[in-house]
Amino acid sequence: MQNLIILAAEAEEHELNPLVPHPVEIVLSLVVFGILFFLVKKFVVPSFEKTFAERTSAIEGGLAAAESKQAEADARLAELEKQLADARHEAARIREEAREQGAQIVAEMREQAQAESTRIVEHGKAQIEAERQQAVTSLRTEVGSLATGLAGRIVGESLDDEARQSRVVDRFLAELEASAQSTNGSGVH
Amino acid sequence: MSLIAMSAVRAEGFVPPGPGDFNLPPLGPDKTFEFMGQTMYLGVTKPMLQLVLAAVLVFGFFYVAARRQAMVPGKLQYVGEQAYGFVRNSMGRDIIGSHDFMRFVPYLFALFFFILVNNVFATLPFIQFPTFSRAGMVYALALLSWLIYNYVGIKQHGFVGYFKHQSVPAGVTGPILALLVPLEFISNIVVRPVTLALRLFANMLAGHLLLILFALGGEYLLLHADAVIKPVGILAWVLFLAISFLELLVQFLQAYVFVLLNAMYISGAVSEEH
Repeated sequence: MQNLIILAAEAEEHELNPLVPHPVEIVLSLVVFGILFFLVKKFVVPSFEKTFAERTSAIEGGLAAAESKQAEADARLAELEKQLADARHEAARIREEAREQGAQIVAEMREQAQAESTRIVEHGKAQIEAERQQAVTSLRTEVGSLATGLAGRIVGESLDDEARQSRVVDRFLAELEASAQSTNGSGVH
Repeated sequence: MSLIAMSAVRAEGFVPPGPGDFNLPPLGPDKTFEFMGQTMYLGVTKPMLQLVLAAVLVFGFFYVAARRQAMVPGKLQYVGEQAYGFVRNSMGRDIIGSHDFMRFVPYLFALFFFILVNNVFATLPFIQFPTFSRAGMVYALALLSWLIYNYVGIKQHGFVGYFKHQSVPAGVTGPILALLVPLEFISNIVVRPVTLALRLFANMLAGHLLLILFALGGEYLLLHADAVIKPVGILAWVLFLAISFLELLVQFLQAYVFVLLNAMYISGAVSEEH
């Protein structure tokens, strides 16, 4: 304590100038701050920067992931809508096709039926004609023999001779036809 | 402080505090040496220990805060990140510019918190001494900053180019230029470290001197003055409290200004345009 008082008195006598630096303090300040600087540069700043960078990339990564998910969902939705539209289109197409096919079948059927009926009618007509022809032929033969038989009996002359017989019959028939035509106009049909 | 009390008693009357109050004796034997006409203590003094303690505190805190590197920070990491981000963004990125501020961030960051903690020691109970009221400690930091901004400037522009960059203002010609060149040179190269050092040192010294004055003055008035004047001692102590809070602000501001100016000097030295 005594010492301090003396020193204080000395200091006052010397009129201490606070601007004059203590050389040890200059060096010490440089050294201590230098060490602090290197420690901070090596251990603290990279650590903080790494954390900041990681945080930034995590946020950006999250945003990017959300964006890609959204895009994916949009694409899937569009695809589904397209599929739905395609299905609708397909259904309409099939319905249209079926309708066309039905109409075609109906038309074909109608045509077929028409043809069939025509065919039946034709067939009937032909058959009738054939039967008539047959009837006419058989009638002609029968009428000939009857007439010759009858005429033979009336005339008493045998007309058994073939040639003669047919000649007579033909003549008779020709006369008959001519008379029928003159009276009837329409003749034998 | 006991030193002052002693001298006050000895002198039989109020002795105002002076620069001698900042010349603390070393721990251990009182050896002295002569330097620039002054007698200096040789040994480990309180401000020297404070200087080391501040470095240890700053590194310790930020090392622990930064170590976990969690995506979602805890309280400690959050405080550390905010403090780091404050220096990094408001003094590094915003002033030096985003292209090459990162190489100066460790320096600015360490400097700011080193000065801040040392300044706050002036108010911190049981320490209560501003480390940077010791001129030598501030001179060192100012010298360092002078070396740094001149070095990066010379590296950027070359030796002649850098001095031209710092001394010749753009868009000025003729006799005005002849007038401005020495002025610019003096203000940008010569005066900067001096103002940088004196601003911090003087603020710390004067602020603490004021606190000592109010504390001892109040004590003296209460103990030795007439009964009528004694209440003024109480007023002095109230003012002591108020000035202590003001000092807290000054401590922060001086640290901020010191580092901000460092950033601006660096920015000016590396910038392409004037």
